[in-house]
Amino acid sequence: MPESESAESAESAEFAESSASAPSAASTASTGRGAEGKPAPSRRALLGWGGAGLALGAAATGGATAALRDGDTTASAAGSGAAVAFHGAHQAGIATAVQDRLHFAAFDVTTRDRTELVQLLKDWTRAAERMTAGHAVGDGAYGGLAEAPPDDTGEALGLPPSRLTLTVGFGPGLFTKGGTDRFGLAEHRPAALADLPKFPGDNLDPARGGGDLCVQACADDPQVAVHAIRNLARIGFGKVAVRWSQLGFGKTSSTTPDAQTPRNLFGFKDGTSNIAVTETDALDRYVWAAAKDGADWMAGGSYLVARRISMRIESWDRTSLQEQEDVFGRDKGEGAAVGRAREHDKPNLKAMLPTSHVRLAHPDAHHGVRMLRRGYSFTDGTDGLGRLDAGLFFLAYQRDIRDAFIPVQRSLARSDALGEYIQHVGSAVFAIPPGVRDKGDWWGRTLLS
Amino acid sequence: MRPVRSGPVRLSVVTATAAVAALTAVTGCTAKSDAKTGDGAVQVTAKDDSCEVSKNEFPSGHVELAIENKGSKVTEVYLLFPDDRIVTERENIGPGTKARVTAEVKAGSYEIACKPGMKGSGIRQKVTVTGGTAAKRSPEMDAAVAAYRTYVQAQADETLPKVKVFTDAVRAGDVEAAKKAYAPSRIGWERTEPVAESFGDIDPKVDVRADGLEDGQKWTGWHRLEKELFADKKLGKDATSLADTLDKDLLDWQKRVGKAEITPTSMANGAKELLDEVASGKVTGEEERYSHTDLVDFKANVEGAQKSYELLKPVAEKNDAALVTELDKQFAALNKLLDKYRDGADSYEFTSYEKVGKAERKELSDGVNALAEPLSKLAAAVVK
Repeated sequence: MPESESAESAESAEFAESSASAPSAASTASTGRGAEGKPAPSRRALLGWGGAGLALGAAATGGATAALRDGDTTASAAGSGAAVAFHGAHQAGIATAVQDRLHFAAFDVTTRDRTELVQLLKDWTRAAERMTAGHAVGDGAYGGLAEAPPDDTGEALGLPPSRLTLTVGFGPGLFTKGGTDRFGLAEHRPAALADLPKFPGDNLDPARGGGDLCVQACADDPQVAVHAIRNLARIGFGKVAVRWSQLGFGKTSSTTPDAQTPRNLFGFKDGTSNIAVTETDALDRYVWAAAKDGADWMAGGSYLVARRISMRIESWDRTSLQEQEDVFGRDKGEGAAVGRAREHDKPNLKAMLPTSHVRLAHPDAHHGVRMLRRGYSFTDGTDGLGRLDAGLFFLAYQRDIRDAFIPVQRSLARSDALGEYIQHVGSAVFAIPPGVRDKGDWWGRTLLS
Repeated sequence: MRPVRSGPVRLSVVTATAAVAALTAVTGCTAKSDAKTGDGAVQVTAKDDSCEVSKNEFPSGHVELAIENKGSKVTEVYLLFPDDRIVTERENIGPGTKARVTAEVKAGSYEIACKPGMKGSGIRQKVTVTGGTAAKRSPEMDAAVAAYRTYVQAQADETLPKVKVFTDAVRAGDVEAAKKAYAPSRIGWERTEPVAESFGDIDPKVDVRADGLEDGQKWTGWHRLEKELFADKKLGKDATSLADTLDKDLLDWQKRVGKAEITPTSMANGAKELLDEVASGKVTGEEERYSHTDLVDFKANVEGAQKSYELLKPVAEKNDAALVTELDKQFAALNKLLDKYRDGADSYEFTSYEKVGKAERKELSDGVNALAEPLSKLAAAVVK
């Protein structure tokens, strides 16, 4: 798919929910536990002794596996539930084939002790290594001391890794909060981690935005994603507190080239292409931060904008087909841009209404700038008035927020016809540090060591 | 230090060796003798067709079974009385995994049973427990239990007169005086609630809320009067008899509380339960929905938890110093947070919970989580 779609046909549209198409991680079937014939190392061994990781490496899974979680004695799992490699130059969960489900959580750091913050990030890293490989946290969910709660909460026992990825990010509050430089990090805040301006139409709820840290958990099984966030939150109590979180679904199609583009809750295909993991040039240009960008510690990282976008579902459903198609600038069936035949045909922006979503969001309207989007649909039930509390949880990765999200959203907020049917209600930005290189490395080392 | 998991660490020998070697080579952290094995525990080796025990005779008291499943099936291991009643058990021990299970065992004859595939009556070994008449605890533990028993009794003894101030005002029809005496009358109860609740029949009479009632159950106790005083703003016709009943039920509590079964484990888990009480009822404002005196109960719950903890601390400190450090820190942090809402250092006049905003409630909830998570590990540090 990537070759057949040129960069210019890519859209950075807000609602563009398209695939970071990557062949899924190799699915060599083996088990982390059974194959070794011995139990996985204890949480103390893994979490307490950061430097001991290499010695323990044999017992933990470094690469792609299809292991079942600890406690299940069956030897193999289906390839679809394979593990995504945790270690690498970039964090997994960005240019990784988009999984079906999301649990995203933002945390406030409550400790003021830098040593504790570092230890937390090390503990989280070790736990993430285990969970993404399909193992239970620490000593597992059972078999331990009867008088103590188990290390792992247990609801993912028996489930395959389900392509779980865990991606950590640092919000502005980690660098300075209330004017205080709590951890001596103020001077390291990258300029590319820009505060967003107030956009017209925003109705932001502080309780659904911000955060000093975030963790994005993506998996094909929602239980696996929720389990991961729950266990990280538990490890974090006393150092961090959950500020808000969001569950997402709606990434149900595969991301192979011949698959259909997923539809958003308005029923439209949007964002018929995205930056794919194979497009290394585009990733380097638009997604991965470089040392020369101004913050050395962010080399190989990226910047995330998260927006909770509420959709007025019932109003939309009463809107005529013509208006719906005009609003987006594409047809509802095929997903082709105005005047075009196929969804991947390059749009003719001038043929669209000046207020159409595609026209305003297209890279051609923004000097070609692109973002890597991996947002999810969400619904949190109904709102008490019988209306769906639903929308798009927009997640976009970019090399510099000032060059990408801000200008695009400014233009959309001003003129987008879709604005009548949506409202931005939550907002956060995070610096996503580079990947964890190996068993001795940890999330945020380049910033905090 | 971060809170580490406490209790015996179940490293395999191979892993433990690797970890210790790596520790020596790479880090300078202090290592406790986590990898100790053969520490007095009875080794149980479970296979598909056998159940081997390392000794058939061992002394009474704190008995620990260190189980290893070398078979191919999931197994379970029991320590049984001669009449098949279970002393202690552990299910779901996977092939190639280990588990530990502990119990306080008196002298007598017992059987250890392994059940490969978790079916049937299992493969059995007879064992004899020798020694004294009762399970032995360390003098430190006994002292902690005795001191806590004294505390629990003292709380009940001191509470009764405070309750009488409240009930007298109710009987006199003095709404204002009764409102004032309401929250203070509950402090001793809230401090020792897990013990009070261990007598299943008292709690539903004195501390039940409207939503906790069963069909047909008469609503009595503190919260019934709370509603009349703070929501209805007048005492109903049953008020006097409700006051009399509350006195009577709490007198029952005072008489029985000293006989409660208290163990170091129940003290530790009781401390955690007090924090659960805070998290489920006080932080939400459900407990004192009419009087909004939730923060008084909150403080009392924390004080009760802290009392248990302080008494167990000498034992816990030996087994898990990092946990103790963390608990000291989190108790201090939560108490400091609560101090923001009280009139003075010793005052039990707390801000009405109605006036505590959403963000402040979140802060209190975060503080409770920060304490409750490590507190849940106290029992393991005590019995280790």
